[in-house]
Amino acid sequence: MSKIIASSAIRGAHKILDYAREKYRISLEKFGPEYEIGFPNTAYYLPIIYAITGIDVSKIKDIEKVLEICSRLIPPPVSEKTHLPYLAPALDAGMATLFAEEIIEAIRYLEEPDFYLADKEDVELDKGKIWLGAANDVIFRKRGVEFVDGTAPGFAAVIGAAPDTETAAKIALELQERNLYVFMCAHSKNSTFTEQLIEAGTQIGWPTRLVPFGPHISACVFAIGFACKVAMAFGGIKPGEFRKNLIYNKDRTYAFILALGEVTDEWFANAAGAINWGFPTISDTSIPQILPTGICTYEHVVSSIPHNQIVQKAIEVRGLKVTVSKVPIPVAYGPAFEGERVRGEDIYLEMGGGRTIAVEWTTSKGMEEVEDGRVDVIGKDVTDVEPGSRLHFAMVAEVAGRRFQEDFEPILERQNHHLINQAQGIMHIGQRDIAWIRISKQAVEKGFKLKHIGRIIHAKYHQEFGAIFDKVQIKIYTDEEKVKEILKLARASYAQRDARIEGMTDESVDTFYSCILCQSFAPSHVCIISPERTGLCGAYNWLDCKAAYEINPEGPNQPVKKGECIDEKLGQFKGCNDYVYKASRQKIERVSLYSLMVDPMTTCGCCECIAAILPMCNGIMTVDRDFTDMTPCGMKFTTLAGAVGGGAQTPGFLGHSKYNITQRKFLKGDGGFLRLVWMPKRLKEELREKIKKRAQELGVPNFIDMIADETVAKTEEEVLEYISQKGHPCLNLEPLL
Amino acid sequence: MDKDYTASIDSATIDLIEKAKKEEIETIFSRAEEIKPCPIGVEESCCKICAMGPCRLPRSKRESRKERTGVCGATIDTIVARNFARKVAAGVAAHSDHAREVAETFLKTARGETQGFSIKDELKLIAVALDFGINVDGKDTKEIAIELGERVLEEFGKQKGELTYIKKAPVSRQEIWKRLGVIPRGIDREVVEIMHRTHMGVDQDYKHILLQTTRCALADGWGGSMISTELQDIMFNTPVPVMGSINLGVLKEDEVNIVVHGHEPLLPELLVLATKDPELKSLAEKVGAKGINLAGMCCSANEVLMRHGIPCAGNFLQQELAIITGAVELMTVDIQCEMQGLKNVAECFHTKLITTSDRAKIEGAIHIEFHPDKGLDTAKKILRLAIENYPNRRHNVYIPSQIQETVVGFSHETINYLLGGLFRASYRPLNDNIINGRIRGIAGVVGCNNVRTTHDLGHITLTKELIKHDVLVLTTGCAAMACGKAGLLVPEAAKKYAGPGLSEVCEAVGIPPVLHMGACVDNSRILIAATAMVKEGGLGNDISDLPAAGAAPEWMSEKALAIGHYFVTSGIFTVFGTTWPTLGSDKVTEHLFHEFEEMYKGMWAYEPDPIKAAHRMIAHIDKKRKALGIDKTKERVLFDMDMRRSLG
Repeated sequence: MSKIIASSAIRGAHKILDYAREKYRISLEKFGPEYEIGFPNTAYYLPIIYAITGIDVSKIKDIEKVLEICSRLIPPPVSEKTHLPYLAPALDAGMATLFAEEIIEAIRYLEEPDFYLADKEDVELDKGKIWLGAANDVIFRKRGVEFVDGTAPGFAAVIGAAPDTETAAKIALELQERNLYVFMCAHSKNSTFTEQLIEAGTQIGWPTRLVPFGPHISACVFAIGFACKVAMAFGGIKPGEFRKNLIYNKDRTYAFILALGEVTDEWFANAAGAINWGFPTISDTSIPQILPTGICTYEHVVSSIPHNQIVQKAIEVRGLKVTVSKVPIPVAYGPAFEGERVRGEDIYLEMGGGRTIAVEWTTSKGMEEVEDGRVDVIGKDVTDVEPGSRLHFAMVAEVAGRRFQEDFEPILERQNHHLINQAQGIMHIGQRDIAWIRISKQAVEKGFKLKHIGRIIHAKYHQEFGAIFDKVQIKIYTDEEKVKEILKLARASYAQRDARIEGMTDESVDTFYSCILCQSFAPSHVCIISPERTGLCGAYNWLDCKAAYEINPEGPNQPVKKGECIDEKLGQFKGCNDYVYKASRQKIERVSLYSLMVDPMTTCGCCECIAAILPMCNGIMTVDRDFTDMTPCGMKFTTLAGAVGGGAQTPGFLGHSKYNITQRKFLKGDGGFLRLVWMPKRLKEELREKIKKRAQELGVPNFIDMIADETVAKTEEEVLEYISQKGHPCLNLEPLL
Repeated sequence: MDKDYTASIDSATIDLIEKAKKEEIETIFSRAEEIKPCPIGVEESCCKICAMGPCRLPRSKRESRKERTGVCGATIDTIVARNFARKVAAGVAAHSDHAREVAETFLKTARGETQGFSIKDELKLIAVALDFGINVDGKDTKEIAIELGERVLEEFGKQKGELTYIKKAPVSRQEIWKRLGVIPRGIDREVVEIMHRTHMGVDQDYKHILLQTTRCALADGWGGSMISTELQDIMFNTPVPVMGSINLGVLKEDEVNIVVHGHEPLLPELLVLATKDPELKSLAEKVGAKGINLAGMCCSANEVLMRHGIPCAGNFLQQELAIITGAVELMTVDIQCEMQGLKNVAECFHTKLITTSDRAKIEGAIHIEFHPDKGLDTAKKILRLAIENYPNRRHNVYIPSQIQETVVGFSHETINYLLGGLFRASYRPLNDNIINGRIRGIAGVVGCNNVRTTHDLGHITLTKELIKHDVLVLTTGCAAMACGKAGLLVPEAAKKYAGPGLSEVCEAVGIPPVLHMGACVDNSRILIAATAMVKEGGLGNDISDLPAAGAAPEWMSEKALAIGHYFVTSGIFTVFGTTWPTLGSDKVTEHLFHEFEEMYKGMWAYEPDPIKAAHRMIAHIDKKRKALGIDKTKERVLFDMDMRRSLG
């Protein structure tokens, strides 16, 4: 029965293209051909058009040629009797639909600049602003990383609205529990899925993965555009390489469309377009189905699925395997709840955050001292206090096991933050003795108590780190005196750990670790992680990798024997080169751990910062991904990331973590830390103490003031002027080029 | 007189056979009743290659004559193999000489020396030029086309090395050919060598003769025929799906009817162009006709049908019947499959029979030779002749009402597009649905009509049986036209005749369950499609691994044997109907039917019953499915991040 689908899709495509043409005509008249057009803060122009055709639409006049392509792509309507084959023409028409919709949405940004909350991750309910529109590159990269490392396996583009708010909230929760992003657009029967969730009291926005793109069907392009950008940013796929982009997404981005409500011609046109990326449509109404496989991994359109089965069905149709974490607590649990906030009126109990003590400590014990799964709450619990109360908090996780090492204590402990934060209605910030926990009224209503924090720790430690320990028991104290006692013990332990890490150098070990976690999205990228070069994403240090290898010897972190040192200054080792050559699938032959000039390490695109050479200054600048303005090298972060991401080796540029900046081997091969001439002010402030300390070591105590930032220098010339004035040491270093 | 329902399953055909009978006009159908096939010749137990014979060596019922040899001592195996080889050589020669004509016209067109022709598909020109190792950088269309034309013509007279297109086959197939020493060196050379080896007293080892037969047949499938298809696509456009109509009902009572019959698309292309000439249009009006109606017959019809939607009057056995309608002003014939009997039939009516090829004249017919340099002039001259002949209609005109819509034009490139659109074009959906069992396999049903069997019955019975069992059918030539008339070339046929799996896939893509891929010279498209399926992955490493089979249930021409032989030696199990030309020798038959499977992983079979033939093909397809491990349904694989990482 897919003739009906093809016919509708082609009809829908005609309607949408006609509308885009009309919009173009009006905007051309109103703004003129040279007027700038595009989505906010992105280097990917209109991303679908850019990814598929390579055309960078930046002015109104550029729309013309895209519309011409659309006209060629959309076939005449399917005839009733003895028709010509329609699948391929319908897919082409679907693609044209998405091009036309990007044009429509781009013109909307011009005509109604306030329609979407540009550059925002959260909605502003009080102001009635609920539509976020296109993800800018900062949001895209931050969220894209979760696709790459697997925390988010894909997204559901929800089109339309559920029959009622309760069903909408249920579907959203189920999708969240499966770690999927939910991109919402279009409306059905005067309602939207987004508004239904708001009504149900569900928190929406990027942090909870429930993203309200827009109320029109054309907002569907923000979802597909996101996928196009993933392929370009992390997959190293060039604009215009349409086939590669489409296949990349079919194989790696597990996205699908959930169509809720009556499916219109326009919806069919969008669904047909999405099939090009291998994204199938699952609908709750009785539309025809397309079950034969081939373009998508499995079925293309599946319909009449009851709401209580629709999420499970969608995941199956898309061919996705998601392990839902089962944690014995009375609230929902999963990464999608990490970004949820507990504020003001909603707070039942607060611990830490400066007002009370909150400390978390994971420590090892003897096997006989630990009773696995035991959780003791010593002191007052939620049931003992009034709503809006505060308590002190100390949690000790006592771990035992034959394979457990002291080095693993901080690794497990550091997980506490996101493990606890993933519980719905519980907010967790910080770690060690600066932890901060809020428990919401809603969670307490559902029966959440302090022991459940212990249950989370017990269950998740076992799920994720079961290979390196055998038993864990948790003690939670809220009694002030006892809490202070624990705080003292914990602080002593922290100091000891820090000293140990501090003393660890690349020379002190004979084995580094690899990280190829991101190869699911960037197939030729390989990270080499040494004690003095943490992973460029900021998430993995040498000890983490060591533990990860113990946990899963077949996993993405493998030991790499340093082997013979080829170049001490650049940090080139035979063992690393051999490994990288193999693991990059023969794409990268050599890699320096300490240089951006000679054989720099590749990046998947997840890097926290990108360093770039400023030749006139004889120095190096670095920029973090939260800085969206132009940098002195003439490129914004996102353009830089586009140039170095996707596993390519680009001398002169290097992806790295924030922490790495003050590690002793940073840029050692190129003259070291003292090459640093520019960084964004906010980053400088964030790292102030560390920078000062490192500069002290190098004998330039006022070095931090010599580093230019955007408040004093926007161009390379201005940086040069500033550093000359300050007498920056890099001016006396040997020439970089 | 009772209607002769055994002659054909097509009622238009039956009606006109009746008309002929009534009007006492001799046709192939009446002649077939007079002449029976020679019982010795039918199994090729006769050697007449030297003047010491002919030696007739039928099977003897007497035990004493167990050893059957000719006067020179040639065994029955040698004799049968030689006869078979010569038939294949003739078929190869026919296709390749057709190709040579196309190549010469192509080169002239490239040089700007033809009238009415041009390079239409520039993308395909570049693709083919690259196949021939031509550096296209910085060259314009004309330069590339000239270079390609010259290179292609060299293929015919090449003396050593390998034909260029051999490397288009899957590598494992090329290895088999290499091991057996059957890779053709040049097209003409392999034909000549067969004629030499089968001369009196040369090659007298049947297996050795059949090796050269293979080398010769491959020079057709991966040589002449393929060249012809590719160059025709470049000059006339690669076919894309178009609507057409078929059967004698396409002739029009009140228009000037011209039937183009034969195999070369060159003149027909120009006739299509000439019908748009305003001068000729007004001339037609002047003689009282409402228009000029061009209709095709046989493979010329397939060519213009696929590229222009020009209606098709019918297949081989309907050629005389078209004239018997009394409505045909003029019929042009070029080469191959035109019966000399046309002359007598035409004489009974006002119809002018025009021969157009410098290689084929018919005694008594008007000869207007086609030359590409003044091709359009010739086309107009012919049309004028037809128009002027319109007032001469003198007999009762009877045009049967039968007319059937068709969707045709499934070139390899088009199938690739149809399965995924412009952006995701690939054979993946086809392979996927074969793997998941919706489509059981692929069958090529091709070939002629044969008056010794009911017209179209074999094609239609076999094809319907195959699609009923979820086998997707690719068809060409007269088989394709039979399918068209029977209503199998429309998308609606899927629901009506195909099994549930095939029907579902057809519905999804919007295609008929039987795909018309062109003329008989276009069987090379099937080889390319099969190769594309192998390269897409998941269905083995060679054409012989595919769940696929071929058939020619109503074959009669030597070309069919050439096609069958290159199918078989390309790894496809192929079943022929009507009769089989090696039955005189058990050893030769055993070699072709069984030992070939060891050698080429593809073998011949003979089965005149189309239902049984279909089930032999299905059994073979099932055997291949089992070997591929796709005979059982597999669990759905769900992907996690580790699996995505390992994609590479």
